[in-house]
Amino acid sequence: MVYNAGHFDVIVIGAGHAGVEAANAAVKRGAKTLMLTLNLDMIAFMPCNPSIGGPAKGVVVREIDALGGLMGKVIDKTYIQMRMLNTGKGPAVRALRAQADKPLYIQEMKYQLEKLENLTIRQAMVERLIIEEGVCKGVLTETNAAYYAKSVIITTGTFMRGSVIIGDLSYQSGPNNQRPSVKLSEHLEELGFELVRFKTGTPPRVNANTIDYSKTEIQPGDDKPSHFSYETTEAIVDQIPCWLTYTNEKTHQIIDDNLALSAMYSGMIKGTGPRYCPSIEDKVVRFHDKPRHQIFLEPEGRNTEEVYVQGFSTSLPESVQHEMLRSIEGLEAAEIMRSGYAIEYDSVVPTQLWPTLEVKNVPGLFTAGQINGTSGYEEAAGQGLMAGINAAARALEVESLILDRSQAYIGVLIDDLVTKGTNEPYRLLTSRAEYRLLLRHDNADIRLTDKAYQLGLINEERYQAFQGKVALIEQEKKRLAKQTIKPSSQIDQLLNEAGGTGLKEPIKALDLLKRPEVSYQLIKRLVPADVTLPEEVEEQVEIQVKYQGYIDKSNQQVDRMKKMENKVIPENIDYDAISGLATEAKQKLKKVRPLSVGQASRISGVNPADVSILLVYIEQGQIAKRTSEVERQA
Amino acid sequence: MDLDTIAAISTPIGEGAIAIVRLSGDQAIDIVNQMFEGKDLNTVDSHTIHYGKIIDPDSKTMIEEVMVSVMQAPKTFTRENVVEINCHGGLASVNRLLEMSLQLGARLAEPGEFTKRAFLNGRIDLSQAEAVMDLIRAKTDKAMGVAVKQLDGKLSKLIKRLRQELIETVAHVEVNIDYPEYDDVEEMTKNIMLEKTKLVYQEIERLLAMARQGKILREGISTAIIGRPNVGKSSLMNALVQENKAIVTDIPGTTRDVIEEYVNVRGVPLRLVDTAGIRDTEDIVEKIGVERSRQVLKEADLVLLVLNFNESLTEQDRQLFELVKDLDVIILVNKTDLPNKIDLDQVADLAKDHAIVNMSLLEEQGIDQLEEAIARLFFAGQIESDDLSYVSNVRHIQLLKQALATLEDATSAIHADMPIDLIQIDVTRTWELLGEIVGDTVQDSLIDQLFSQFCLGK
Repeated sequence: MVYNAGHFDVIVIGAGHAGVEAANAAVKRGAKTLMLTLNLDMIAFMPCNPSIGGPAKGVVVREIDALGGLMGKVIDKTYIQMRMLNTGKGPAVRALRAQADKPLYIQEMKYQLEKLENLTIRQAMVERLIIEEGVCKGVLTETNAAYYAKSVIITTGTFMRGSVIIGDLSYQSGPNNQRPSVKLSEHLEELGFELVRFKTGTPPRVNANTIDYSKTEIQPGDDKPSHFSYETTEAIVDQIPCWLTYTNEKTHQIIDDNLALSAMYSGMIKGTGPRYCPSIEDKVVRFHDKPRHQIFLEPEGRNTEEVYVQGFSTSLPESVQHEMLRSIEGLEAAEIMRSGYAIEYDSVVPTQLWPTLEVKNVPGLFTAGQINGTSGYEEAAGQGLMAGINAAARALEVESLILDRSQAYIGVLIDDLVTKGTNEPYRLLTSRAEYRLLLRHDNADIRLTDKAYQLGLINEERYQAFQGKVALIEQEKKRLAKQTIKPSSQIDQLLNEAGGTGLKEPIKALDLLKRPEVSYQLIKRLVPADVTLPEEVEEQVEIQVKYQGYIDKSNQQVDRMKKMENKVIPENIDYDAISGLATEAKQKLKKVRPLSVGQASRISGVNPADVSILLVYIEQGQIAKRTSEVERQA
Repeated sequence: MDLDTIAAISTPIGEGAIAIVRLSGDQAIDIVNQMFEGKDLNTVDSHTIHYGKIIDPDSKTMIEEVMVSVMQAPKTFTRENVVEINCHGGLASVNRLLEMSLQLGARLAEPGEFTKRAFLNGRIDLSQAEAVMDLIRAKTDKAMGVAVKQLDGKLSKLIKRLRQELIETVAHVEVNIDYPEYDDVEEMTKNIMLEKTKLVYQEIERLLAMARQGKILREGISTAIIGRPNVGKSSLMNALVQENKAIVTDIPGTTRDVIEEYVNVRGVPLRLVDTAGIRDTEDIVEKIGVERSRQVLKEADLVLLVLNFNESLTEQDRQLFELVKDLDVIILVNKTDLPNKIDLDQVADLAKDHAIVNMSLLEEQGIDQLEEAIARLFFAGQIESDDLSYVSNVRHIQLLKQALATLEDATSAIHADMPIDLIQIDVTRTWELLGEIVGDTVQDSLIDQLFSQFCLGK
């Protein structure tokens, strides 16, 4: 017997990295929220590598934090190692990455959510959606509980019709032998969803006691760890290193000999896997002349001996996994605690979504995370956050939020998904962002804090702190613009030491800072500030001044993009009625239903002539409207 | 509506008596004013036409005498400021005018864009909307057809090769960024980057040089005949014209007194410039002074410097040598039918590497040798002739120039020791610009390149 289990503003199905951010964001916006998960002990579980951040992804974590999300705060409390990557390159590509303590991360995340006042958390398996007149009104669980809400978000990750494959063994399962979600997937198919089969995989885990680290290279964390969250003040002192070893010809020989047994090559796996995360057998086959591949040994936490063998993802039979591992230096005696496996799952073709992540054909329903064809905890979390914000917006009838490609990596991610779709599990890369110089790790707060405050995602105290920081940056830039540095032998000497040439005539401190070899620290010595500035203020001043030329150029590009982005396509546009549009363009436009001419122009198959015609057609409607207004007034 | 200023040649391409370059947009009047010598177009009444000269902003030389119509918004075809430059027909000058407009900030109009603007600005009524869209479609398809045809073959292959070079470089940088710990991917250094971009830079430069060469073949090598009075310039002109039937004879225009003769010398079309001056006065140096000669010479691709075999070298001769020392010059020593009074060793000294032809126009001797020298100058060791059709389209040339400029930015950033991921922004932009030539700028191909070139992943 179905029973009424309660009414909410927003229901989140799933409590992975997307689900937890969705629930948190919805609550922050003031929505009465319910989060349902199959297993309460697996909240924000990391079924794959024990790390968060890295290039592009690390920036996403910062953006999530700027928008009041949880990921940054929780990892800052639970990391075992923190590393800033790409420090030798420009500021735009610097990236923070943390090694996580997996069990602790789960515990901390669960605790953060439990503390939220307006959030109900329940363990349950959702089997169906409650759809009335085409609109999503709630969910139905396997225990016959009916929960009602104005918005529902599905964040079921790789659970939908999940299937685990190890060699020739295959069984229905979610990641890490959890129950798969089969009926929900079938239900979505009934509702007319277009689903696609993707594949990903994970390597074996081994016991640290059976690893000979003396044969490997140490990979320590940074001496002075940076953090993801703008609220974090305390660093974790005792960091734990990772270790590096390599495959060798013997390993590759074992793979070659057993290739026929690999699920990837035997034809057992039909789903499309990601190119950027290939299995070890894939690497050996595709790059056969490479004598070795890197293998990183990453501890899964402080209070566990489990070690993640990064770079060794495989779907070969268990016996072969043993043999392969033991051919590697340092792993000769390694004992596997969990075997590597491939997992196939259903995902939603993301062009079925609006940029708010609401499903076009089912108002009130949102999907976020790996279910939308992405891969990675950070990509999932970013989507979850946005779906949470927008699901609450729908339920509470308040402002929604769409980030564009110049505002955030999250904007790039969602625009790519809903505009172009993806034919493999989608991962963010810095090269996907046209304006990556603007989408830096260091300025996520400057980009997004105003929005976050406006939407109620961060509190007053945090906003004040942010405004204080911005004021200090502007003040210091003004000061440097006024201060003149005169040539002197002492200054010439300092400049020479920095690898530059001396001064010929007096120069403003601001202009001297533009020289590549001149750091803010040097400027500070030449013209000391009256007050001690926080490090992040100094960093901002340096970056904003030094790269101003490039930043200006990027901003000009953004302005050009915005012109097209601001040309809104009417919701009720009938593409079939527009003569002159190419057939392919019509089909694509009807499917994607872009919100703006800018978005339309990014759809593959829509060429410049089609965009021109679209512009003319839209303007025609505008003219008709203006004319009728004029007539009415007359 | 916030639209940039566009420009295009709005008369059919070909040898018409008059050609028109049309500009439309906020900046239209300003742009033309910057290259116009005559009244200040910013202050003239709307819908008026003005005589003046177009001056090359770089070289300060005169390009054309023109009539310019100024029509201020909104009572124009597009409801924007519109300027039309009427010039004498001939691809050379009209293309040059268009190029200059683009340099000064106009954008080359897309096919049908003037009509589109007229529509967008409400100039054309609704019932015509369908027609406008059909027009855009038709014109775009046709333009694309033409573009593809033009690109078929060598140019397209070359551009694709250059793009491949660039994208490999870019992908390399990207991999270093996205996979910083992958030790089996070599770190892309600024030195490697410099080397790679230099290669592409040289190729683009070569293409642009070819474009100039190609232009010469289509439009003729502008050739100036100079020399003291009575050395036989006029006879030389007549001999060349008679020997090689003139292909086109321009009728002297009502507003200018320059006459051009087109002759074809062994496949090299010569455009003999400013011959009116030579005919009338027998001496441009004397009449218009050294300064003006310098101007005439600046526009010349080839100079024929005529000396008199029967007189010793004068100060004026030496001045002329000085004037032409950096140009493509052929030295002609005329009147060998008379006794030798010129010091030929001295002539050879002054001529340096330039060819010297002894001739007697009276006895019709030496013309063959002159023609051979001209042909040698333009073909020997130069590009094969079928390459010359390479880059002819103004749009392509413009894109190549932009590509060159962004590569220059990249190079100077390398020298300024900027971080490699910033340098790469300009390299990527170059790749995109070249992509516009071959009609391919899809960002995704970078990602594909990334994964096919490197073994990546956790």
